[in-house]
Amino acid sequence: VKSFITGSGSFPTFASLNSQLRILVLSLLPSTISDPKNLGTVLHFIYLSSGEGMGGGIRQLLEQVHRLSRRSLFRVLSMGPLPTHLAFIMDGNRRYAKKRGLEDGSGHKAGFSALMSMLQYCYELGIKYVTVYAFSIDNFRRKPEEVQSLMDLMLEKIKSLLDKESIVHEYGIRVYFIGNLGLLNDQVRAAAEEVMKATAKNSRVVLLVCVAYNSTDEIVQAVKRSCVEKADRDVERIQLVDIEENMQMSVAPEPDILIRSSGETRLSNFLLWQTGNSQLFSPDALWPEIGLRHLVWAILNFQRSHSYLEKKKKQL
Amino acid sequence: MSTIIIAFNNTDIAFNISPEPSMEAVPSSQLYYTVCLLSLHNHHHNFLFNQFHKRMISLRVPAPSSFNLQRLNSQALERRWRLGRDCFLSFSPSCVENRIGLGVRSTKSEMAPFTAAEEETLPEGLQPELMPKHVAVIMDGNGRWAKNQGLQPWDGHRAGVEALREIVELCGKWGIQVLTVFAFSTDNWIRPKIEIDFLLSLFERTLKSELETLAKNNVRISIIGDSSKLPKSLLEVINEVEEVTKNNTRLQRIVAVGYSGKYDVLQACRGIAQRVKDGEIDVEEIDEGLIEQELETNVTEFPYPDLLIRTSGELRVSNFLLWQLAYTELFFAQELWPDFGRNGFVEALMSFQQRQRRFGGRKS
Repeated sequence: VKSFITGSGSFPTFASLNSQLRILVLSLLPSTISDPKNLGTVLHFIYLSSGEGMGGGIRQLLEQVHRLSRRSLFRVLSMGPLPTHLAFIMDGNRRYAKKRGLEDGSGHKAGFSALMSMLQYCYELGIKYVTVYAFSIDNFRRKPEEVQSLMDLMLEKIKSLLDKESIVHEYGIRVYFIGNLGLLNDQVRAAAEEVMKATAKNSRVVLLVCVAYNSTDEIVQAVKRSCVEKADRDVERIQLVDIEENMQMSVAPEPDILIRSSGETRLSNFLLWQTGNSQLFSPDALWPEIGLRHLVWAILNFQRSHSYLEKKKKQL
Repeated sequence: MSTIIIAFNNTDIAFNISPEPSMEAVPSSQLYYTVCLLSLHNHHHNFLFNQFHKRMISLRVPAPSSFNLQRLNSQALERRWRLGRDCFLSFSPSCVENRIGLGVRSTKSEMAPFTAAEEETLPEGLQPELMPKHVAVIMDGNGRWAKNQGLQPWDGHRAGVEALREIVELCGKWGIQVLTVFAFSTDNWIRPKIEIDFLLSLFERTLKSELETLAKNNVRISIIGDSSKLPKSLLEVINEVEEVTKNNTRLQRIVAVGYSGKYDVLQACRGIAQRVKDGEIDVEEIDEGLIEQELETNVTEFPYPDLLIRTSGELRVSNFLLWQLAYTELFFAQELWPDFGRNGFVEALMSFQQRQRRFGGRKS
């Protein structure tokens, strides 16, 4: 491979690459040897980055390196059982902003990009359902300016999901907005409904975003609907399945793992009904700081206790 | 050679009492002791020692370090005492006569009544005003504990009951007003029948024997859960205990037997549906407060736990208390339940007191 790089005439020589790039190329050798298809991509980017577009090329190269190493990591992880449904409580955005001395709103923006990369990892790994706790009904109690800026941010991001290059189209995501949408202002609600309609045909992976959501509220709505349904019939015959059918979250199976960032170990009225048997995981990192390592650690722990749980489930 | 008479049944060790001649002068209120009279066959000596060794471990008593076989008066008073936690056995391998006594001595009597004078000061680091009002406990790990010690699962459960007693005492002393305990879940019905029978009879026996102490300690007991599968005798005992202790105020112990969080919400839903059908309320009026009233935890003023402790390192709620856990701080302890004890409890409380509870709002 080395001679290939240096041998060809129009191609830059290995010696002409700067030291950083040389290290990158050497680190890529093992993966290109294991999967020769990658060789072409690698060489292409080396070619790109040696020219004028050095900065952008290096970034793309690094991105590609990360993707390759992630892919091999995920291949190792999928040797064991993988969760089907992951839930996230995105806690700690404001503390992050305060810690970094940034202005108030930027914590949430950083949180959003952390969310995007987390979603990317999950879908690359092959996890079919991801649920996130975006906004709780209790959060309406915060200061009106903060609530308004959160709503504006949400509107902007929801609209961006409809873009052609968004993650929704890349992974074929079907998006659901779960919660008491009537509590949102009209613009946000309309945007959410539009996204739900636009992605209704996608079926590869599912993203459930909980806005204006409270688990107790969800249960109350389900109870109301069950009462109405069974009003004329014998009430004793209301079964668990009747309530569960009427829950908004019935479109997804129960979460296997619930990850709450920022180290707090409580449920905060999120998916109380559905997380009865989920593994709870609370890394200390604040939400914008959450990374691949936390996800991998959560999945490894899940795999460790999985065989024991499966045995118990079989007994049931 | 004479034969062994070992006078203990499955749960209690029944002994004949007689004062040990070499005991120091200790006030009798602080001391309780039991002595077992039995005769030993020579080669059964080791067997007996092993059996007792195991039995003492199962009752969380430190292992005996020496044998003290004494000849004792056969006309001793006969009394039955349940062995408490801090008792020790002393035997010494000296003379082996026809009648041998094994002495068990303890310095603390079991379930001492909590009096104002005995109110223990909080350990350092804990602040009285930040104590949780309602603590919930999932007592997980009895089976594993027993397996680690090489015992049967029911020995683990007995050890668990002892550990629970300690926690209940601490709650009473430290001003925690409600303690909810996950004794038996709907999922546990799949365990082997012999274990279930043991658990339920242990529960029945514990309740019956504790009736007096509960009254003395001003503890109120409430049982929640699906009682339809429980044996009739247990149900009778439960009703009696609830009735007798219903006016006690110091500590309320809620025991969840055959309980599941989902089942609780379901029965609340049925109750509400019935009320709607009867025309008492309108469907539109169903809200969170109404469901809260219908849940089984309405037996207490503080239905929502402030702190939930689960032992044995499992990071799950396992469908114990669903609605009520909305804002509960969860604490997962690595130890198995019989090892949890005072230290683990203090650690959990300290962790609780350091947490910031915001309930969705913002901490100013």
